Amino acid sequence: MATSSRGARVFRNLNAKIAAIPMIFTAVVVFAGFSVWTVVYSFTNSKLLPKANFVGLDQYERLWSNSRWLISIQNLMIYGALALVFTIVIGFVLAVLMDQKIRFEDTFRTIMLYPFALSFIVTGLAWQWILNPQLGIQNVIREMGWTSFTFDPLNNPDLVLYGLLIAGLWQGTGFVMCIMLAGLRGIDEDIWKATRVDGIGTWKTYIVVIIPMMRPVFITTLVLVAAGIIKLYDLVIAQTSGGPGNASQVPAMYVYSYMFQAQNLAQGFAASTMMLLTVLIVLIPWAYLEFGGKKNG
Amino acid sequence: MKTWKLAAGLMLTVALPQAGFATDLEITHWWTSGGEAAAVAELAKAFDASGDKWIDGAIAGGGDTARPVMISRITGGDPMGATQFNHGQQAMELVEAGLMLDLTDVAEANDWKNKIYPPSLLDACTVDGKVYCAPVNIHSPEWLWLSNKVYNDLGIPVPTNWTEFVATAPQVEAAGKIPLALGNQPWQSNLAFGAITVGIGGLELWKKVNVEKDMEAAAGPEMAAVFQAAADARKLAAKSTVQDWNQATNMVITGEAAGQIMGDWAQGEFAVAGKVAGTDYTCLPGLGMNAYLSTGGDAFYFPKLDDPEKEAAQKRLAALLVSPEVQVAFNLKKGSLPIRGDVDLAAANDCMKKGLEVLASGNLLPTSDMVWSPDVQTQAGDLMVEFWKTDMSPEDAQAKWVEILQSGL
Amino acid sequence: MVDASVNAMAGPRGSKPQRRFSSRNLMLYGTLIVVSLYYILPLWVMVMTSLKGMPEVRLGNIFGPPLEVTFQPWVKAWSEACTGLNCDGLSRGFWNSVQITVPSVILSIIVASVNGYALINWRFKGSEVFFTILIFGSFIPYQVMLYPMVVMLREMGIYGTLTGLVIVHTIFGMPILTLLFRNYFASIPEELFKAARVDGAGFWGIYFNIMLPMSLPIFVVALILQITGIWNDFLFGVVFISKADNYPMTVQLNNIVNSVQGVKEYNVNMAATMLTGLVPLIIYFISGKLFVRGIAAGAVKG
Repeated sequence: MATSSRGARVFRNLNAKIAAIPMIFTAVVVFAGFSVWTVVYSFTNSKLLPKANFVGLDQYERLWSNSRWLISIQNLMIYGALALVFTIVIGFVLAVLMDQKIRFEDTFRTIMLYPFALSFIVTGLAWQWILNPQLGIQNVIREMGWTSFTFDPLNNPDLVLYGLLIAGLWQGTGFVMCIMLAGLRGIDEDIWKATRVDGIGTWKTYIVVIIPMMRPVFITTLVLVAAGIIKLYDLVIAQTSGGPGNASQVPAMYVYSYMFQAQNLAQGFAASTMMLLTVLIVLIPWAYLEFGGKKNG
Repeated sequence: MKTWKLAAGLMLTVALPQAGFATDLEITHWWTSGGEAAAVAELAKAFDASGDKWIDGAIAGGGDTARPVMISRITGGDPMGATQFNHGQQAMELVEAGLMLDLTDVAEANDWKNKIYPPSLLDACTVDGKVYCAPVNIHSPEWLWLSNKVYNDLGIPVPTNWTEFVATAPQVEAAGKIPLALGNQPWQSNLAFGAITVGIGGLELWKKVNVEKDMEAAAGPEMAAVFQAAADARKLAAKSTVQDWNQATNMVITGEAAGQIMGDWAQGEFAVAGKVAGTDYTCLPGLGMNAYLSTGGDAFYFPKLDDPEKEAAQKRLAALLVSPEVQVAFNLKKGSLPIRGDVDLAAANDCMKKGLEVLASGNLLPTSDMVWSPDVQTQAGDLMVEFWKTDMSPEDAQAKWVEILQSGL
Repeated sequence: MVDASVNAMAGPRGSKPQRRFSSRNLMLYGTLIVVSLYYILPLWVMVMTSLKGMPEVRLGNIFGPPLEVTFQPWVKAWSEACTGLNCDGLSRGFWNSVQITVPSVILSIIVASVNGYALINWRFKGSEVFFTILIFGSFIPYQVMLYPMVVMLREMGIYGTLTGLVIVHTIFGMPILTLLFRNYFASIPEELFKAARVDGAGFWGIYFNIMLPMSLPIFVVALILQITGIWNDFLFGVVFISKADNYPMTVQLNNIVNSVQGVKEYNVNMAATMLTGLVPLIIYFISGKLFVRGIAAGAVKG
């Protein structure tokens, strides 16, 4: 009796279950299983091929004493902080400007958003060319008579991150502007009427009333942009290849280089595990805010 | 129907012997600069002439980009017919995992043991008494390449060694030229440092640290002097912004830069640009300080393919690569030295002759690829590229370097 | 997010209309125009550079239009640029990218739409759990899953092949697409589904006869999202394609531009860069507002 009812339960919705096999496989085997596998093998001394020869925290000790890794992390933090702040501020300000009943709104949006359709490789190569010291912007301004003008971020270890930032913002801010604009348009017209009745100025309304109301949009944008930054790879490869020196190295490049070039898989696994940890640090508080709160309310 | 089958059968028997001989082999390598591509074309020509077909699988971006692709193809079950590696430890694990074809019978049939010189090249291909690769050339990385034009324009004699080069650097700089061209990839920084180690510290020190793995010597005052010299050299390369080695070489060719520390393969670029050794450019083996060569180089490995026809073709290619005719044709284009002492390089230019002399004198070292694992090499490359491009103090760099070497003990 | 993005299409609600030439308007349009210049500039520079000959490029005026227009760089980038001994230009990468993108887009959309449908209308025990893992998984850096993925494809014997890459794209595109379809199907009135059930229609019958015809717009959005995303991919192309012959366009572009023989030909490089960006740009310009919906939908939000 018990078995037959269980059997019936398994076969109920059978088509749906069969159809969901790819999803179940992806969720359980790829996303969960592969991640666990990588974490587990980061505690081994696998070289060219994975071997279950456990060595404790050796890979992590080495990772955190490796100066290329430390530079990568530092770069990611500086680039990440700047990119987050600038994308969100620029994205929001542009969205507000676009929301002023302007003419040619579609044209402006088309212009601001098209870079988002381009790959990071294309973005990186385009900006590498524009920032070329011999023939790019620096040269154009020097030719205009200002001969001492220097703007060569891609060859200056102290400025290279800003060179990447210019390209990264170019590619991504239009997208954030669109999300923000959608958020602004989602706000009830009555709010505006009310603030006008109260005599609150436009800019003050944005800062005091609108921004707090758009908190969920900001948080979503924050998480999206942050998740994108941690994956930062293509742009650096195309624009600077990590140079000059190690000045624009990022963690994703370290992972690739140790996994596939140095024939030291476990070191690559340890580095990618640290990337995973970083994501969790961003993600868990967000998930708690998003979903944890709903249960209570 | 029957006649059709018969005809097909006939066709087959006629076609088979030819098909059995003309086998396609895909060969991967990272020789993509002008001089290198010309040299590969020689290999392809010889292989095609022998009746087989060379399918070129060049991978751009240098060894660091190409090796992961090659390795993942071999371990990923999609092996090529043959692939370039620097002989030494790069392919060691692949051999140990049983993925590579044993070439011992080819080596014996062609008497590689007595023909290949120096013997260390064959040793680097040998694991547990079996031969796994066919060396094709000797490359020594420790050369200083100088633009004669830069010095002639300044009215000073072309330096004859590293010390003179450093001493004249301020004049070069004053003339608006870059004294030392250096590409940004880690292996180039590593190479320049290795060259300075032997140039400044001498052969004995290099052997003590890298062959005997004497960590006290690595941390000692002699190495400290080497790091100091490298720290001085990096100031000369401060304005060099190129990425690839051949772009850096091009700076010397055009007279934009006075010199470059680069392996003897740089000579292929000078040749392609139509420059003549001795008149347009000068080459100083061992940076002109110690006349020695480290005998690294390129070798071809042959992944197991489980196909007797392909295997026969792989062995034919292995034998061909080491044969005297191919050795001459290939190395003249590549600017490298042949791996056998019994070939005549009358056509060799100035620089190759210098190399041959050192080779004959026996002042030889293994390369760091042979003595250190890729893991150590990558770490050292990361450190060196940082050291060359920042103002990291020589003391810090030395301490970190010793740590890296220790991780490979 | 989809709903919100629909709102984005609604009219602006900012503040009341202004007189035409007020100083406020000058500031507003001034700022927007300056900002637009920053966005347009790279495209302008790329196109201009790609239409110049090398002697003119060396003059160094990257912003200036070409004195003499030449299409030679485009021809060279498309059919002559070299990687190694192979000098057949980017065209090879273009066709590879087509061969990768078309099946990946079709397969990933089929799988994800069925997922979304099952998640909304045919819930089974644990289905929401799997979905949650899927969404969280989309935030895991790919680097964490790369190597096990290599091992899996190797075991299946399709590592390094275009088929392998299609599977990789289908897997990693699944979270966003599933979410997209799930949210869309949720907005279709449940009564329709129930009525069909009463009529005796099954899982596939309802999917093909009711759900598919009603959700064409969301398929278009998914199409735009996937074509752009897969065409622009670099990392998977590098890791999961192992023969230079099979490299997608982005990878081949990077190889052509960042590893050179002799002198760098900036005009050819820029033509190559433009060629690679052309497909997503065309999609972008013809799809217009649907693209905005697509990316806003890509912005994961439950």
